[in-house]
Amino acid sequence: MDEINSLMHGFSVALTLPNVGFMLVGLLLGVLIGVLPGLGGANGVAILLPLTFSMNPTSAIIMLSCIYWGALFGGAITSILFNIPGEPWSVATTFDGFPLAQQGRAAEALTAAFTSSFVGALFAVLAITFLAPLLAKFALEFGPPEFFAVQMLTFCSFIGMSKEPPMKTLAAMMFGFALAAVGMDTVTGQLRMTFGFTEMLKGFDFLIAVIGLFGIGEILTTMEEGLAFKGKSAKINFRVVLHTWKELLQYWRTFIRSVLIGCWMGITPGGATPASFMSYGMARRAAKDKESFGRGNIEGVVAPETAAHAAGTAALLPMLTLGIPGSPTAAVLLGGLLIWGLQPGPLLFVEQKDFVWGLIASMYLGNIVGLIVVLTTVPWWAAILRIPFPVIAPVIIFICAIGAYTVHSSIFDVVMMLVFGVFGYLFKKLRYPLAPLVLALVLGDMAESSFRQSMLLSQGEVSIFYSNWLVGSLMALSIFLLLLPAWGALKSMLRRREANAYLGR
Amino acid sequence: MSTESETPGPALRRRGPEAGVALLLLVIGLIVIVDSLRVGIEWADDGPRAGYFPFFIGCLLSLSSGWTLVRALLSWREETAIFSEYSQLRDVAAMAIPLTVFVAAVPFLGLYVPGALLIGYFMRRHGTGGWLATLAVAIGTPIVFFLIFERWFLVPLAKGPLEAWLGF
Repeated sequence: MDEINSLMHGFSVALTLPNVGFMLVGLLLGVLIGVLPGLGGANGVAILLPLTFSMNPTSAIIMLSCIYWGALFGGAITSILFNIPGEPWSVATTFDGFPLAQQGRAAEALTAAFTSSFVGALFAVLAITFLAPLLAKFALEFGPPEFFAVQMLTFCSFIGMSKEPPMKTLAAMMFGFALAAVGMDTVTGQLRMTFGFTEMLKGFDFLIAVIGLFGIGEILTTMEEGLAFKGKSAKINFRVVLHTWKELLQYWRTFIRSVLIGCWMGITPGGATPASFMSYGMARRAAKDKESFGRGNIEGVVAPETAAHAAGTAALLPMLTLGIPGSPTAAVLLGGLLIWGLQPGPLLFVEQKDFVWGLIASMYLGNIVGLIVVLTTVPWWAAILRIPFPVIAPVIIFICAIGAYTVHSSIFDVVMMLVFGVFGYLFKKLRYPLAPLVLALVLGDMAESSFRQSMLLSQGEVSIFYSNWLVGSLMALSIFLLLLPAWGALKSMLRRREANAYLGR
Repeated sequence: MSTESETPGPALRRRGPEAGVALLLLVIGLIVIVDSLRVGIEWADDGPRAGYFPFFIGCLLSLSSGWTLVRALLSWREETAIFSEYSQLRDVAAMAIPLTVFVAAVPFLGLYVPGALLIGYFMRRHGTGGWLATLAVAIGTPIVFFLIFERWFLVPLAKGPLEAWLGF
């Protein structure tokens, strides 16, 4: 088994003392980020990214990905103890987690949540370990048309799978592409949409957009929702943990189902949030006692947490092998790879073995260590949330401003952060999805160059996109996903007409 | 938030911001189209020109936001969905206004001093802590960040006259 050998090599990279240290720092920072409102996986990683520019890329990605795992764990703490989802993907966890805490079973709920997160992540990492090299080998044959087809599939699946109105998803995505196009055109060197402003020459950096959209936007939305943090306290002792673990064994079906949903939604960029909702819904539908859901059923914590963590982890699979991130946080990590001078994509597995397998090994370690860390430190994190919001909010804004500034040492970026923050608030209120915007901003240049290269290859013939079975089927699948919402709208229109005819109108 | 003045009542209706944002995106889409036409959307000797790809993007952005705008305008009268209550908007403004002042001050004063002022203002205005706690957090936080960034990671942040006077 080649993969096992590579993985063992990866462990030898990840298990050095400095890397384990970075792992711990990353996990603790990640949980903190997950617990605090306004700081999440995506913008937390974006703010810390500039600090890693001078680090060794392997250590840097280990630390940053551990921040991501930590944030995934941390989201569960606030949703169970405070009924405040620290992250969008933990909204579904509040449905049953908070009622459990109200019944005084917070420790059980937290243990169940952390364990489920761990199981979800573990299986997703196993999937990455064995699927990623295969997919990478396969993708080595890809040319520009194939890459464009995969990118097309990514974006179409947003429109097809998103819960938000499809036209708004499309608009948010195209807004991202438009922002990505600002600045110098990489092929011809012409300036686009700069209108004579020197600040616009560099274009819009997605890190600034992420900090503004998710950080400032989130703070503004939190202001609106009122700031009373009334939480339950929790201490976890070892007896409760063992007891809960024993209880969790009977939910093996839920685990398997949620892992599958999570991995699927992570690899196709549905992301962790829809995965958690979908998994919660499926668990409820499959359960015998549907009534108990929403009133404190452990299964209602297990299902969304497993799926969210599996999706969050699986999102790194397409990022590493194809250079296409499955979630906004994965997009930020991808941006990091580019800055450290690593080209994500299939060649990464050939040229940067240490890096890739070190990262994969650190995923195993990070999740094991993460589980232990959160189980032992829950009371402290809960205490942090008792700091009044008027203290936390301006400090978080200050941190966001520092993060925005350090990306390019540019004050203009701090102003842009504010602009993106206002957009984030408005978009969230009006149900424009933010994830496709960020992904389009990150992938814009790549998608454009693969499209233009394909067009060059074919001398402008669109037929290159169905010239062989691979491109053809990817494109067909994209168009199918693109038309999915239209089909749904048509069906509901027909049904309405039928109902009207039946009523004799 | 320019639509705050219309429809007196406890809540701001959704249709105003909905149409406003859609219109803004439509205008951005049109700008993209115009600029793509300027740099050229056709082929040159060496391949597609710079406006080739953004032109499509501009078209799709204009179409999708135009759709949202038209729908918002068509259902203008019967639409009753709520964007936010005015009291909630006041809470948002309580954050947004000091935030804007903070960002506006950064070019002149650097990051540290406006940061301290923002934290101090917010704790005094909305918090319950005393002067001592406020001063400690407001001045302590920037100092901690100064140490982390400038000392440990050697990443210089924007500085203003105060830092210059202190000799940094």
